[in-house]
Amino acid sequence: MGKTIAEKIFAAHLRDEPFEGTRVLSLDRVLCHEITTPVAIADLVWRDKDRVYDRDKIKVVIDHVTPSKDSKTAMQAKILRDWAHRHEIPDFFDVGRNGVCHAIFPEKGFIRPGFTVIMGDSHTCTHGAFGAFAAGVGTTDLEVGILKGVCAFREPASIRININGTLPSGVVAKDVILHVISHLGVNGATDRILEFRGPVVEAMSMEARMTLCNMAIEAGGTCGICMPDMTTVNYLWPFIQNEFGTKQAALAEYSKWISDDAARYDKVLDFDVSGLSPQVTFGYKPDCVKPVAEMAGTRVDQVYIGTCTNGRIEDLREAAAVLKGKKVADSVRGIVSPATPKIFSDALEEGIIQIFMDAGFCVTNPTCGACLGMSNGVLAEDEVCASTSNRNFNGRMGKGGMVHLMSPATAAATAVTGSITDARSL
Amino acid sequence: MSSKKIFGGLAIVLDRADINTDEIIPAKYLTEVTKEALTPFILEDLKLDGFDPNGEKLKNATVIITRENFGCGSSREHAPWVFEVNGVHTVIAESYARIFRQNMFNCGMLAIELPKEDIEQILALESAGDIQVNVDLPGQKINASVGSKSLDLDFEISPFDKALVEAGGWVEFADARY
Repeated sequence: MGKTIAEKIFAAHLRDEPFEGTRVLSLDRVLCHEITTPVAIADLVWRDKDRVYDRDKIKVVIDHVTPSKDSKTAMQAKILRDWAHRHEIPDFFDVGRNGVCHAIFPEKGFIRPGFTVIMGDSHTCTHGAFGAFAAGVGTTDLEVGILKGVCAFREPASIRININGTLPSGVVAKDVILHVISHLGVNGATDRILEFRGPVVEAMSMEARMTLCNMAIEAGGTCGICMPDMTTVNYLWPFIQNEFGTKQAALAEYSKWISDDAARYDKVLDFDVSGLSPQVTFGYKPDCVKPVAEMAGTRVDQVYIGTCTNGRIEDLREAAAVLKGKKVADSVRGIVSPATPKIFSDALEEGIIQIFMDAGFCVTNPTCGACLGMSNGVLAEDEVCASTSNRNFNGRMGKGGMVHLMSPATAAATAVTGSITDARSL
Repeated sequence: MSSKKIFGGLAIVLDRADINTDEIIPAKYLTEVTKEALTPFILEDLKLDGFDPNGEKLKNATVIITRENFGCGSSREHAPWVFEVNGVHTVIAESYARIFRQNMFNCGMLAIELPKEDIEQILALESAGDIQVNVDLPGQKINASVGSKSLDLDFEISPFDKALVEAGGWVEFADARY
């Protein structure tokens, strides 16, 4: 019988099966940020177990609120910083070198095909783009991960999502995943792994695959996952060339993490995206999705471009292509947060930052920022934000605020007109 | 940090699907580094007709009864913690988001899943008054009652999750085993 990629990764990392149906896996990566990790650290100290299982496998960043905005967030950062220094964790990213966790860790080459990855952050599923099993967990799982290097999961049932056809020009990964979630519903993939397959995914860049996998959790999925291929090898090449010598050798090695043809799926869903148009959310759940055309003219107060979903260089290029030579509407506040220092630097070099600034955008440092209403860019009561982020819960960006999720191009077009707009119409 | 947990007691009904972690504990309070500091903010942003986060009903409750996909969204364990510090150690729902459900068990708390028909039956009791829930964890049975009206139901729980509750949480379990 064939195996899915998730089953292969589970089998290769199985540490223990304490009860039928429970798999305790060895972890290749435990990722940490300053919101969910400090309580785990405090508990380890309290238990007199202030240890880490492997300082090289633990990667740490301050990203949700950075630079710290007040005494409390300064203390969170300090707890994390002191802990990282105390244990001499080599990969710790502080102010000036920090970026959004799900953008900076892949960018540093930390995620590889076949890896097991956890983090105290629901969008950890992003890392599945590399053919890794990557799951968001709570602080207690994180704590056990830090101390013992293990995490428990149920048996890995998968849903195969075939994305067929050809994406029309101006329609991108964000539109695809919003469309898929609208079909699955917010709990359509609970306890399932979403395996993204098909010619459209094969043609996608790593950045676009990360966007797909990032939102798997919005359908309840444990992880989104893509098959490793030459695109994966090319992305990772700067980090793996000494290990493999040739790209073909790397591809041959990584190919063992591809689902078998005879693998069994909980469900197989086919989507033909050839006729897909740009998509946008309209309610307080990420499965409330409509074509942009049906929401055109909806007034917004703020536009936010960035986040772990769409703050990568491709996303900024896509938005800048729309914004070039245009201005943000008088009624709109435009905010852009390049997701990492490298992305910021590349965007500077390519003239993208200038385009944003000329259009009237506020450019912030790399941070999760406005996405979750903890830092800058919080909405006032009854305000509306067009955002490239992944979650539109009621009050997400501030009590009483409304968030519409969309692609960077749609967000840029919306910034220009002041209301939800199909970028292709500008 | 674990305290003696009591499963069962007076229940509050949150009759809505997809109650998310932002509604249970808004992100702005995630700057706290102790569980106790979260206490006043339980369910502060929940959008539900007739629900008052500051009301007596929630203050007295030790059980939450709710619909499907409870706890969807963020990985924040602050959601189970805000229940824990308010004495709510049991949630009974049609279904859960995975991370929230695991967080509950990892904290040594109970996330009981019941079929929709069972939840309907329990909710039907509410018209007669406040629902009292008794949990028999070893026997995997719950009793829900209002006055003289009483309902006995069986529930499924994975052996692992049950072991976590009995051990007082995942840290204790993992520490003893790995």
